[in-house]
Amino acid sequence: MLSRLFPARETILASAIMLLLVIVASRFHGFVAPSNLANVFNDTAPLIILALGQTVVILTRCIDLSVAANLALTGMATAMINVALPGLPIPVIIAIAVMLGAIMGAINGVLVWKLAIPPIVVTLGTMTIFRGIIFLISDGKWVNSHEMSAAFTGFPRAAFLGLPVLSWTAIATVIIFAIMMARTPLGRSIFAVGGNPHAAVYTGINVGKTQFFAFVISGALAGLTGYLWVARYAVAYVDIAGGFELEVVAACVIGGISIAGGAGSVGGAVLGAIFLGVVKNALPVVNISPFWQLAISGSAILIAVAFNARAGRAKGRIILKTTEANS
Amino acid sequence: MPQSATPVQTPVVSMDAITKTFPGVTALDQVKLDLYPGQVTALVGENGAGKSTTVKVLTGIYQPNGGTIRIDGTPIAFGNPNAASDAGITAIHQETVLFDELCVAENIFIGHAPRNKLGLIDTREMHRAAQVLLDEIGAPFSTHAQLRDLGIANKHLVAIARALSVDARVVIMDEPTAALSHKEIEELYTLVETLKAQGKAILFISHKFDEIFRIADRYTVFRDGAFVGDGLIADIDENALVKMMVGRAVDQIFPTRTPNLGEDVLQVVGYDHPTEFADINFTLKRGEILGFYGLVGAGRSEFMQSLFGITRPSKGACKINGKIRIIRSPADAVANGIVYVPEDRGKQGAVIGLPIFQNITLPSLKRTSRSGFLQLAEEFKLAREYAQRLDLRAASLDQDVGNLSGGNQQKVVIAKWLATQPQVIILDEPTKGIDIGSKAAVHEFMTELASQGLSVIMVSSEIPEVIGMSDRVIVMRDGRIAAELSGDDLRPETLVRHAADITTAPKRQEA
Amino acid sequence: MSDTAAQTRHIPDRLNSRAFRILRSWETLLLGVAIAIFVINTFTSPYFLNAWNLSDATFNFTEKAMIAFAMALLIISGEIDLSVASIIALASTAMGLAVQYGAGTPELVLIGLGVGLLCGAFNAVFVTILGLPSIVVTIGTMSLFRGISYIILGDNAFRGYPDSFAWFGQGYLYWVFTVEMLFFVVIAIFYGVLLHKTNFGRAVYAIGNNPTAALFSGIRVQRVKFILFLLTGLMSGVAAICLTSRLGSTRPSIATGMELEVVTMVVLGGINILGGSGSIPGVVIAAFVMGLVTFGLGLLNVPGIVMSIFIGLLLIGVIALPRLWSMFTARRAS
Repeated sequence: MLSRLFPARETILASAIMLLLVIVASRFHGFVAPSNLANVFNDTAPLIILALGQTVVILTRCIDLSVAANLALTGMATAMINVALPGLPIPVIIAIAVMLGAIMGAINGVLVWKLAIPPIVVTLGTMTIFRGIIFLISDGKWVNSHEMSAAFTGFPRAAFLGLPVLSWTAIATVIIFAIMMARTPLGRSIFAVGGNPHAAVYTGINVGKTQFFAFVISGALAGLTGYLWVARYAVAYVDIAGGFELEVVAACVIGGISIAGGAGSVGGAVLGAIFLGVVKNALPVVNISPFWQLAISGSAILIAVAFNARAGRAKGRIILKTTEANS
Repeated sequence: MPQSATPVQTPVVSMDAITKTFPGVTALDQVKLDLYPGQVTALVGENGAGKSTTVKVLTGIYQPNGGTIRIDGTPIAFGNPNAASDAGITAIHQETVLFDELCVAENIFIGHAPRNKLGLIDTREMHRAAQVLLDEIGAPFSTHAQLRDLGIANKHLVAIARALSVDARVVIMDEPTAALSHKEIEELYTLVETLKAQGKAILFISHKFDEIFRIADRYTVFRDGAFVGDGLIADIDENALVKMMVGRAVDQIFPTRTPNLGEDVLQVVGYDHPTEFADINFTLKRGEILGFYGLVGAGRSEFMQSLFGITRPSKGACKINGKIRIIRSPADAVANGIVYVPEDRGKQGAVIGLPIFQNITLPSLKRTSRSGFLQLAEEFKLAREYAQRLDLRAASLDQDVGNLSGGNQQKVVIAKWLATQPQVIILDEPTKGIDIGSKAAVHEFMTELASQGLSVIMVSSEIPEVIGMSDRVIVMRDGRIAAELSGDDLRPETLVRHAADITTAPKRQEA
Repeated sequence: MSDTAAQTRHIPDRLNSRAFRILRSWETLLLGVAIAIFVINTFTSPYFLNAWNLSDATFNFTEKAMIAFAMALLIISGEIDLSVASIIALASTAMGLAVQYGAGTPELVLIGLGVGLLCGAFNAVFVTILGLPSIVVTIGTMSLFRGISYIILGDNAFRGYPDSFAWFGQGYLYWVFTVEMLFFVVIAIFYGVLLHKTNFGRAVYAIGNNPTAALFSGIRVQRVKFILFLLTGLMSGVAAICLTSRLGSTRPSIATGMELEVVTMVVLGGINILGGSGSIPGVVIAAFVMGLVTFGLGLLNVPGIVMSIFIGLLLIGVIALPRLWSMFTARRAS
């Protein structure tokens, strides 16, 4: 049971994060103060949300490179809606963001499911298309904070029980995902499809359809994050979150989600995202140039993938009986 | 002559004139099959007879092109696997098709887990229900265990528990005993009896005759995708069943030959592997056919792949023509004149996607090319030479090997190796899954090769083939050589006794 | 293809003639697209049919195409390298650093090629020796290589490349023909011959179709893949030299996102992203298609980001349309 709750990968990653915190704290005590840790968490919240969406996609043996473009497009769309209709209530804005994101995810999903185009090709294509559409709808202009309504920009920053709404959104997403992956037929199907697609067919699971839903989930989360991102930074332009899709994939890989599908956990993805978040926030504190961040996350990916592969390497068949009874 | 038994009851499931065609192949040609409640029906046939296709049609994976399936006399069509499952048909497959990353209870209930009021999976109820099922079949592991931590036999038990969990009326067992030990097989038989007593109809697919006569009540025989006959097991004997299966008497298929043995070509000394095999010693003479017999999983293929350089032995040496050679990769093996025709043709043998001629010349490119540049005319010449020697049936040499039948794919793989002019050819289950015509051709050809001075190692699990073809037979058991037999010792009983460890005679394990 | 259909002992080499196969190929379809774009461009902009403008347009694709040829072989073998743009950044940074220590053009070229090879070898070790999936490894090295550039350069830029170094990216051989065009042609021919005319190329196809069967046929699979990663790294080094020479400066953000354009070019060229099939002529035409689209839209004052919509649509469309068509015809047949 214990090994079930604390699989080796997650334990090691959690220890690495703790170690990192201890090292940083020895140089700068303020870093581990609750208020600062809350800031770090809030800063990492978008990455956590997107990493969970990406986890679902990777578990089904796919990849979604369009999440950052989806985020940027939804963000721009919500910002422009807010400018045009300042009175529109925030819940409606959020609903629109989730819907828009889900639709973009569904486009990816349909191309993968119905036309069997490799996911990397599909999302590479939609990634550039979504970015281009942002330019078309915005005419390349920025939407700045003074154009947005106070309610629009205030929502993710509103404090509730000491934490901003953005952080609560990440926490809620983690809880919903933990329940979804463990306790719903869809969650179990997602594992099954990636772990053994052949067997999934035999148990009556539709592989393509499950992958479709994975893309819709990933897209919906990207849409939600799109609004939160634009509102939090109070600016929308074509290039926001450029290259963020790779950080999201990196969080998953570091969190032990196998790119071959079927293996990984919600906890792992969250820890992977937090690891990157802690590194990013700790660098300036310990006087290392933030320019080190990219190289560090790259190295972390390589170490994580090498480590996971070593742990999961198939051993030879065991045929010899060590205690061969000689009659 | 097709013959039918008069049904004493109504069958739960009856397939009538079911036809299933694939591009270029008719897998099932108007077959019929009836399954009765509380009875075990054995589906008998050689590889390629259409048994697996039948299972896939019954479980809704394939949709037949013609014919009717009836449940309790009502025609029904399974559009997908769920429809078959809803109709109470469940299958335990040859390779256990379950999910390594999920726990036992989740594997049992995937697709139909109990839900609570919120619509979420009720884990507590799921584990409780799983425990009840595991107790029922006497499974010795927890419902929380991860599937990947279980052995093959226990995975089978999970598959059976899954079959019971859907309250199936029909249970299909596709070669369930292939990878099990004697004790585990006995336990499985008990389980089959339990299922029978519960009134379930069981379709039992097996190649082992002792097993069929032990637990089946009825039989149905297919040959080359067509129905041959059915009836009660009590009304038939082994010989008659074999005759129906192969369509001719068994002992006529092997070519006769007088072996002409030369000097030692290959000498294997003390080959060891950490987990797969140990203490392998033997020599192979020029012009000899050496059979390797053993049960599935005895380590024969693993040893052959090590000899071919796929895996590395931890100890041991290999002498070719008296000189020690180090083989670290298949490329080294080929350079030293050792070639290997694998059992898994689709995955390891033919490069599906490449045309026939490129498959044949792949290991011989050095000879057909000029300083690294391809010479297509030379390639076609070489490919044609060997394709014709093997009597390959193909529309053109430019055709994708993926479009060939199993037998012709096997010919391409053999042609590929002969074109390298090897000294030793290792054939791993060379006739598994190919039609009888091609089988005879492969046997004929092996004889011809040996007479031309090639040394042949043949791994086979078919006793008649091993005895009919080999000059000498090495029996492997649990990764070691259990016996080396030749001449009068080459009898089916002796082989089986050594392979299954039911001998009281002292074993020859140490060289 | 039933066995009974060919009872004769004689088996012909090929059923379809060479002309027939060429006519039905992906490359022919793509060439049609290229010609159509060319004609449309000619009609929509009076500036299109101008030798100097067309010559300028080639810079849109020559550097990417150099990498795309090597990447094509890598993708046919079933692997991928997403770190190519980051290799450009690192190689360019290394050259810029060398300039600060007074390196001349020959040294810079050696450094550029050397860093490319080294990065390729680094990827190759992870993929072929440690047996890790190349997509993850190269997502990692993509961050790592560019990350090192950022560590070295931060906000700054390297300038002051020697005048003679400008030859690679700004030089002209004769009239409108640039040095980069020469590189493009030479590299295209090299990879075309390597893939289609040599034993090595045959091994690449065999590995891409079935790596296990290729290994079982005596092909040294890991060695071939190692060489392919080296070649891809080397080509990134060549592209780094050309791009740095053309821009005359190095920033760590150089060539950002180029890996995706290279992969797009390869896939558009008819290389199966899952490995096993495709051709170099296809990639050559795809390079021209992408160059023509970018150039033609540029003449119409369409901004670059909007052009990427066309490239994205093209990428999905060229794969989706044939599949939709076969689904449509299959439905009609039944």
